[in-house]
Amino acid sequence: MAKIRIEVITGERVVYAEDADIVVAPGVVGELGILPQHAPLLTALQPGELLVRKGNEEIAMAVSGGFMEVRPDKVIVLADTAERAEDIDLARAQAAKQRAEQRIEEQRDRVDLTRAEAALQRSVARLKVVEKRRKRQR
Amino acid sequence: MPANTRQIRRRIRSVKSTAQITKAMEMVAASKMRRAQSMVLASRPYSEKMDELLGHLAAAVGGFEAPHPLLQRREPRKIGLLVITADRGLCGGLNSNTIRAAANFILDQQKPMKIVAVGKKGRDWLIRRGQNVVAEFTQMSDVPSLIDTTPMSHILIDEYVNAEIDEAYIVYSQFVSTLVQRPLIKRLLPVEPAKVSGPNTEYIYEPDVSGVLGQLLPRFVEVEVYQAILEGIASFQSAQMVAMRNATENANELIGDLTLSYNRARQASITTEISEIVSGAEALA
Repeated sequence: MAKIRIEVITGERVVYAEDADIVVAPGVVGELGILPQHAPLLTALQPGELLVRKGNEEIAMAVSGGFMEVRPDKVIVLADTAERAEDIDLARAQAAKQRAEQRIEEQRDRVDLTRAEAALQRSVARLKVVEKRRKRQR
Repeated sequence: MPANTRQIRRRIRSVKSTAQITKAMEMVAASKMRRAQSMVLASRPYSEKMDELLGHLAAAVGGFEAPHPLLQRREPRKIGLLVITADRGLCGGLNSNTIRAAANFILDQQKPMKIVAVGKKGRDWLIRRGQNVVAEFTQMSDVPSLIDTTPMSHILIDEYVNAEIDEAYIVYSQFVSTLVQRPLIKRLLPVEPAKVSGPNTEYIYEPDVSGVLGQLLPRFVEVEVYQAILEGIASFQSAQMVAMRNATENANELIGDLTLSYNRARQASITTEISEIVSGAEALA
């Protein structure tokens, strides 16, 4: 089967770069599954789970927004942040979620609210990735 | 022993302790430099891809009149300037080179400026010269993340969108190698997308072209600023390491010279003493 090259890059480093069978990404208008020979596409991403399947191996990453460029043989993800499931700090993600929820409840002003909601989305995405990974390991 | 040798000995002691300090600073800078250099290199792929993406997008929206505020050109009447220097000195001519580049730019433009200063050295100089510093950022981490630097870029983006400034530039020290750092001035706003060569691919856009562009452009500016900050840090650590190495070498050379004159003085005093004793004995005989 044809492979597709996937590169996940953040402003700080290259997080992942390998040939894979399928990539599932959280686009702003919905989840996208990208197989080799996909038509060229450019999309913004929302916070969520980025899944890469390669043979029997499945790699999960949490991304917090960014962009994805799809070419027939290559997918480039320019993520704001991206972490492999095993690198996510569970306690920190939970704390961030609580903090964000608390801030939304207080609802001081519009700017804070939008920021808190974005933070909430990010932490939820991280937690989701971690939990999925745990289930698989059991 | 006469006063002269004692003075020299004191001098040697003081130079030795200076050499110890500069040696330690050199080693600290060297280890920080390695990390800073690898960060600069690690962040380059992202900005290269971003450049490429933006080039494609710009080609796709080329037909539009004003696709996005950050691409809009205006007659430059007021200018925003982001000056990136280090917080500390002891790094040779690094800060003064960057500041000189900024000063020449300000003189050349002859237009009202709004300046955002990053780093104490640049800020102090600009304020002393009575420049219009609208914001300052100091005490930056040695290993900043993109999020640490976004407030700097957002000040300029906001001012630009509100037409408070019509152009924005960034001055920083580009890291070329451990021995070479070069001050650089770059235009930040309006964003100038790279020209793409080769056949133009037709993309599917989600949600749509302007939606993607609207998210991509601010991020592009943020990344440019982040990159400049990293370059500045790598430059500073490299320049400091080199400056401290030179200082250590000079101190060691000085210690050698001083030791030589100390020994000469000591020998001279011994010789005088002996000849005094000899002549004293002769007189008795």
